[in-house]
Amino acid sequence: MNAAHAHEAHHDELPRGITRWLFTTNHKDIGRLYIGFSVIMFLVGGILAMLIRTELLRPTLLFPPEIYNQIITVHGLVMVFAAVMPATTGLANYLIPMMIGAPDMALPRLNNWGFWLLPPAAVLLVMPFFLMLFGIGNGAIDTGWTMYAPLSVQGGIGVDFAIFAIYLMGASSLLSSINVIVTIFNMRAPGMTMMKLPIFVWSWLITAFLLIAVFPPLVAGVTMLFADRHFGTHFFNAAGGGDPVLWEHLFWFFGHPEVYILLLPTAGILPHILSTFARKPIYGYKAQVYSFWAIGALSVVVWAHHMFTSGMPVPAQLYFMYATMAISIPVAVLFYCWFATIWQGSMTFETPMLFALGYIVLFGVGGLTGLVLSDAVADQQYHNSYFLVAHFHYALFGGPVMGIIAATYFYLPKITGRMYSETLGKWHFWQTLVGFNLTFIPQFFLGIAGMPRRIPDYALQFAHLNMLSSIGAYILGSAQLLLVYNLIQVMRGVGKKATTQVWEGAQGLEFTLSSPPPYHSFDTQPVIQ
Amino acid sequence: MPAVTQSRGHYYVPQPSPYPIMLSGAIFLIAMGAVLEVNALKAGPWSLLLGGLLFVYVLFHWFGKVVGESEGGRYHTWEDRSFRMGMVWFILSEVAFFGGLFGVLFYERNISVVSLASLSRTFTPYPGFTAAWPSAGPLGKPFSAVAPWGIPALNTLILLSSGITVTWAHWGLKTGRRGAAIAGLAFTVALGLVFLGFQAHEFYEAYTKLGLTLASGVYGATFFLLTGFHGLHVTIGVIMLSVILARCIKGHFKPDQHFAFEAVSWYWHFVDVVWLLLFVFVYWL
Repeated sequence: MNAAHAHEAHHDELPRGITRWLFTTNHKDIGRLYIGFSVIMFLVGGILAMLIRTELLRPTLLFPPEIYNQIITVHGLVMVFAAVMPATTGLANYLIPMMIGAPDMALPRLNNWGFWLLPPAAVLLVMPFFLMLFGIGNGAIDTGWTMYAPLSVQGGIGVDFAIFAIYLMGASSLLSSINVIVTIFNMRAPGMTMMKLPIFVWSWLITAFLLIAVFPPLVAGVTMLFADRHFGTHFFNAAGGGDPVLWEHLFWFFGHPEVYILLLPTAGILPHILSTFARKPIYGYKAQVYSFWAIGALSVVVWAHHMFTSGMPVPAQLYFMYATMAISIPVAVLFYCWFATIWQGSMTFETPMLFALGYIVLFGVGGLTGLVLSDAVADQQYHNSYFLVAHFHYALFGGPVMGIIAATYFYLPKITGRMYSETLGKWHFWQTLVGFNLTFIPQFFLGIAGMPRRIPDYALQFAHLNMLSSIGAYILGSAQLLLVYNLIQVMRGVGKKATTQVWEGAQGLEFTLSSPPPYHSFDTQPVIQ
Repeated sequence: MPAVTQSRGHYYVPQPSPYPIMLSGAIFLIAMGAVLEVNALKAGPWSLLLGGLLFVYVLFHWFGKVVGESEGGRYHTWEDRSFRMGMVWFILSEVAFFGGLFGVLFYERNISVVSLASLSRTFTPYPGFTAAWPSAGPLGKPFSAVAPWGIPALNTLILLSSGITVTWAHWGLKTGRRGAAIAGLAFTVALGLVFLGFQAHEFYEAYTKLGLTLASGVYGATFFLLTGFHGLHVTIGVIMLSVILARCIKGHFKPDQHFAFEAVSWYWHFVDVVWLLLFVFVYWL
């Protein structure tokens, strides 16, 4: 027993009290903090979504239009930055060290800092709502989550708060990305070569590359926005030789890869779930890894397909159209591998598997309608209509959110040591599926019929479909309470004890550890054959 | 486990630390203070002040703790590799940041100003506007750009020399010539300070004599954006170099283990390269 081991033994005492969570350097604690924060912000964003659908339930004004604009904007920002991103980062923190046989994340204190930048960012984003109640400012950011100039240059104090929230969230994302990359490159167990990495780890590596490449330019962009607002610059103002379209380039150079930053980690967790419940090995491991690389590379060169109606030379439109369509090839490879993984498997349909299959179907719809929108000519019709709203909800809820819920049910017994209620889980799935499709299928038709997005009122011919959509949203929203209830029950220790392997077909290092795993996973690193 | 070398056996996972969350608190206060300040609300300066003080306090103690751990022999080859990779990826994120800023410069020069001048005379609100670079835009006030072959060229020379002196210091540290290391670092810090002095002088001249300001159209804004962020990085670099200098004088670092020194010198070289690009694309061409 040398000094290092004596130190370790001391380290193994579980810290107690609130400081365990505030000061922690343990990847599992930080992972749980991320996931808990994400659940809370998912509910905040969900309440805002319910308000949106309540406004649109009938063709009349419930809120002043300015308030409606604030609600849709904060809904978008909260869901993207404070709900989905922390959830995937939480999974990365909890799982990656266990999956690759590492003692912890490579830079544990920075890891803690990365998490604790997020709650202040969320407060900055939401605080202007409350300041308004005390007569300070005119509420939260109301420009839409894309913050297009010149509207964002003219907006109120809420835009400033959002700019600083983006600084904090950007710093947090960079810290977690650097941590993930260094952990994967430097902390793997002996024998865990790159091409033996669990596929979720690969997907997060590409995600981290993307974050490091695209978040800093957005930080530059919001800095310029801040300067235009307060320091008299003309970056986004033609009178001084600037260009509002420049903002769109800066935003979407970040914004498009961001879609894949949200998506890839869940596309990485999916094969684990599918192969577990099909009781077959993952099909096409290499093909999927190469597809992640291809998706990552293509995602940073297609951004202006969001700007077909902003005015671009025809050659540029054609380039961005074809480049965008090219992404469907590696994505189709992923779909092919997912189907091949479950093909002729002896499948069972526990809740994680249901959500994983739901992911394939719903995200499939999101991808196919994306092909429609990527057509530069057709987009003139669909742009900024409800067709777009329906498309990106299929892409972002159907993909990332379904994937996160699937992963949550999949790993919940591992994390807590307790089985959740399978009955409630199945109810959650079916209610989500029905509610989601009822919410967003009508929106495709509304969009084709010409209903624009981001408008609180609408013409009478849209009334029936909007009412259907709102009813769907209430079903979808209330379904998520089942998840919350299930989570609380499991955390209270209700439910059967989970075994080490949890699921009959589960593979991987994380399923060789007890459920819940010890506070420090591997005292000595395992050797991978 | 026979395959595992000794350094791979145990990775140093630090004890729980109060500093990260305190730093987040400081940054929250600074962010809120900045927002309140630009909107002329009274609490702004107080929030900024409190946040700034807390920020400095935390950095001081956090870095102090890390330096203590390093000198106390907590870090070995395995940890050292994590730090190196972390710094490399951090600098890559800085590359992405400045890449974005240069992208803005090229977009304005080659796309936005050009297309603003090529609109049909019947429809444009600015029929007399012709494309040129530097440009103040259609409604901007006239200004003159900073002449590249005066102070900016001298500054290029200064920063390039500082790259040489920091390399000399590194050579001194690696070969156990502590005097050379200290002298090299001292020269580097001095050159950095001279550079910053010249930049401050140049900004002052631009505002008072050339009419080149943040508000003088797209060139002025981009000029100050790029050189300002570069200057901020030089400032941070000088502070970091000074800390390394102080640590060298106190006898820290070993010839074969001096990650902090190398990280700071990488950062300094990066700032150097950014300046070269700035000199070519902002001042010269």
